[in-house]
Amino acid sequence: MSDIDQSRIRNFCIIAHIDHGKSTLADRIIEMTGLLTSREMQAQVLDNMELERERGITIKAQAVRTVYKADDGEEYIFNLIDTPGHVDFNYEVSRSLAACDGAILVVDAAQGVEAQTLANVYLALDHDLDVMPVINKIDLPSADPDRVKEEIEDVIGIDAEDAPLISAKTGQNVHDVLEQIVRKIPAPGGNPAAPLQALIFDSVYDSYKGVIVFCRIKEGTVRKGTPMLMMATGARAEVVEVGTFGAGQFIPCDELEAGMVGYITASLKNVKDTRVGDTITDASNPCAEPLPGYKKVNPMVYCGLYPADGAKYPDLRDALEKLQLNDAALQFEAETSAALGFGFRCGFLGLLHLEIVQERLEREYNLDLVTTAPSVIYKVHKTNGEVEDLTNPTNMPDPAEIEYMEEPMVKAEIMVTSEYIGAIMDLCQERRGIYQSMEYIEEKRAVLHYHLPLNEIIYDFFDALKSRSRGYASFDYEMMGYQRSDLVKLDILINKEEVDALSFIVFAGSAYERGRKMCEKLKAEIPRQLFEIPVQAAIGSKIIARETVKAMRKDVLAKCYGGDISRKKKLLEKQKEGKKRMRQVGSVEIPQKAFMSVLKLDDD
Amino acid sequence: MNKKDLELYVHIPFCVKKCAYCDFLSGPAGREEIRAYVSALVHEIRACEETCRDYRVCTVFLGGGTPSLLTGEDTARIFHALRESFDIARGAEITVEANPGTVTEEKAGVWKQCGVTRLSIGLQSADDRELKMLGRIHTFSDFLNTWKLIRRTGFNNVNVDLMSALPGQTVKSWEKTLRRTAELGPEHISAYSLIIEEGTPFYEWYGEGGRKKDGLLPLPDEEEERDMYKLTASVLKEYGFHRYEISNYAKEGYECRHNVGYWERKEYLGLGPGAASLISEQRFCNTPDIKKYMNLYESEGARFGAAAGETEILSLEDGMEEFMFLGLRKTKGIDRRDFLAAFGKDLDSVYGEQLRRLENQGLIACSGWNVRLTERGTDISNYVFSEFIL
Repeated sequence: MSDIDQSRIRNFCIIAHIDHGKSTLADRIIEMTGLLTSREMQAQVLDNMELERERGITIKAQAVRTVYKADDGEEYIFNLIDTPGHVDFNYEVSRSLAACDGAILVVDAAQGVEAQTLANVYLALDHDLDVMPVINKIDLPSADPDRVKEEIEDVIGIDAEDAPLISAKTGQNVHDVLEQIVRKIPAPGGNPAAPLQALIFDSVYDSYKGVIVFCRIKEGTVRKGTPMLMMATGARAEVVEVGTFGAGQFIPCDELEAGMVGYITASLKNVKDTRVGDTITDASNPCAEPLPGYKKVNPMVYCGLYPADGAKYPDLRDALEKLQLNDAALQFEAETSAALGFGFRCGFLGLLHLEIVQERLEREYNLDLVTTAPSVIYKVHKTNGEVEDLTNPTNMPDPAEIEYMEEPMVKAEIMVTSEYIGAIMDLCQERRGIYQSMEYIEEKRAVLHYHLPLNEIIYDFFDALKSRSRGYASFDYEMMGYQRSDLVKLDILINKEEVDALSFIVFAGSAYERGRKMCEKLKAEIPRQLFEIPVQAAIGSKIIARETVKAMRKDVLAKCYGGDISRKKKLLEKQKEGKKRMRQVGSVEIPQKAFMSVLKLDDD
Repeated sequence: MNKKDLELYVHIPFCVKKCAYCDFLSGPAGREEIRAYVSALVHEIRACEETCRDYRVCTVFLGGGTPSLLTGEDTARIFHALRESFDIARGAEITVEANPGTVTEEKAGVWKQCGVTRLSIGLQSADDRELKMLGRIHTFSDFLNTWKLIRRTGFNNVNVDLMSALPGQTVKSWEKTLRRTAELGPEHISAYSLIIEEGTPFYEWYGEGGRKKDGLLPLPDEEEERDMYKLTASVLKEYGFHRYEISNYAKEGYECRHNVGYWERKEYLGLGPGAASLISEQRFCNTPDIKKYMNLYESEGARFGAAAGETEILSLEDGMEEFMFLGLRKTKGIDRRDFLAAFGKDLDSVYGEQLRRLENQGLIACSGWNVRLTERGTDISNYVFSEFIL
């Protein structure tokens, strides 16, 4: 292995807007480099989690090593590093890019350049990667490759003249991509004899091998027995095994040298010790400096997760612990709600991350969950000079103790076709967006720049954006710090009892509107019961909105004779089943989905 | 040897025209098709002879559709076959359903000859606009003619079907329907709240996600529906009727024995397409496909149950659930001793917790052996019944 010439290695990634065909191209590359036979190919080799396949997105960065025999007769090692495609995982994308020497930019021949395309390209250019454009989906009837080429040159400013025009789906012209990888993506550098410097771009937990670290060797050499040191976390361990990535399997080898991409195992028990972005060095011969760019990723969005069946609390804890082994960004701590019982306050990178964790818990661990409204981290400046980070509305201090509050803001970039600019500006306005600028990237498309409070986009902003632009708007954001804001805690009272799990923090100016909508929504979600139930929204002791769930007055099956009995019984069984899905709060039964109804308050 | 009681239901899947709310298995058909159907039905009746030898039939119900659409001759063929193949008890209750406008002197005479003891007339409303909206083929005056005819023929146990909670119906128009009907002095009135059933034109208009077409009358709300229900009992009481089941009212001694049998889980055998049976804690149902049914019973000698679909074997739990939600439909409720006799378990050992809760909520009343719905419990009986699902 060690006789591989650095000049025959190509480390690259594929970047693209969601759905532009990144995973399909990766599949074709793997297939056409002959490492796998067609028979072995699953539809999408890189996305090996069931959930990822269903959602059509890639969650965890992974890598694959293939061998390509080029037209010049030489064999090249391709290390294809897959990157997640969503803004929630921006940091992981950035670290994956840092492990590469070049990037293939996939652009949809029909849709052209989108917001995430831009964001990803800028990220790649930041890491000094050579970006090689590829135009995909030319088999679509609506494909317009010439226009897209122009767009790439005008908007992004990179040469697209000889960009391969391909269909990753059919394999058409993918050969050109392989040849361009050899010609256009630079070979790695680095000195195998220098002190070890390896960048962690991912890590996974395996119950047999422990933590498996995915890394790019920038300098030096790592082999079995190397005493390694994680420079940021300070964790130490002896290397047990090194190797490279087959498709879906690990192939051990003797050593990894500068320029190579591979994995290291060291019987570490916690992925927290091997943070993405950290630098591995040889503890006996350490490098002078860690590689640049490491940062600890912190959750941006918090919510309460409760088992629908209170008895499943220990199962939920086990499941979260297991997920955390593979997902260092997931945080959780126990909390208790009067309405929902024992559960966990969990921190996520963003709403998608939240949804993915929730779905994995439900699917892989068979748990039925109740989720409370997501919250961001507010900074509470108290009159006594203390500053508190507030992640759970229930913990909001008494207003008398609060000097002022701050909320996190984001810089948003929204790309939209011209006919929907008005609608999208209205939406941003409603969500307290502050207009910054707008530029046309071509005749019919513009990029809008807004500053928006994070708490306005964590609920249903993305859905609203899509529905108001008929799916034509795309959106990307980055954090931009905190801003002082007039915020209040809105409480919901059902049958005069405060339901802690429904409280949330909201901009004072939107409180009435939100409270009213909440009450309406809850009225629709709570089925009529034996008695009348008032549903109220309150700020402190002041009621600002009220609805009433009327008492059940009549619920009768008028007829029930010989032929109806089986069918009528099914109705009663359904009714009984419905009751089981309710949460008892005081004397009121609240359906579990009512707790989630706070998430979707947009009128569209 | 003592024979066991059996109830017979015979289905006639034909009518002049389908009503807009009707989800029964029924539709218009030509004279020849009806004739051929009666032949198939007779073959099915004959096929029961062996199996039902140990039973004595205590009630017969010829339902539909519109059984009064049959010619006198066809009706006679059916009853002839029934009496040949089954041991029908002396004094059995034998009911035929009839619709206004389809009854003639001749047919009524045949019914008498066949030993029919009871008629059930589908009036639904005394308001001609409401009748039209429902898609009925008759007017109130058509009903009056039919009414006079059957009384003249000597039928003195007659039910009239009525419907409340109709689109555009008001509490006032419902009261008028009740009074106009009760004044005629029938022995029995069934008063049903309209149920919007899937697969009907009404469902298209009023059902979940229904497309409200222009000029569609609104359905009464839950409150009005309940007012109509309350009114029914109080108005009919003035005319000497008492409520003995959620939707059924009778003068003393005229309760429908056949239907009470369903609520007391008597064994029943259904004949004809789509008809359901309960025999030895097994429930089965004939194919709803009329053509298929007619093919299976095209010739003499077809076996018992040839048209039956899958048999559901009822567990002890199924039986207990049904005992509760059917038995409590009756105004007088259930008797704890009957539960013990049927299942060998004390009612409290199975439903003690539910009974206590429902009693505390004022939805049922328990005294001595008896358990029954309160007035409030009757209003929301589905809620009460669902508590007894195990």
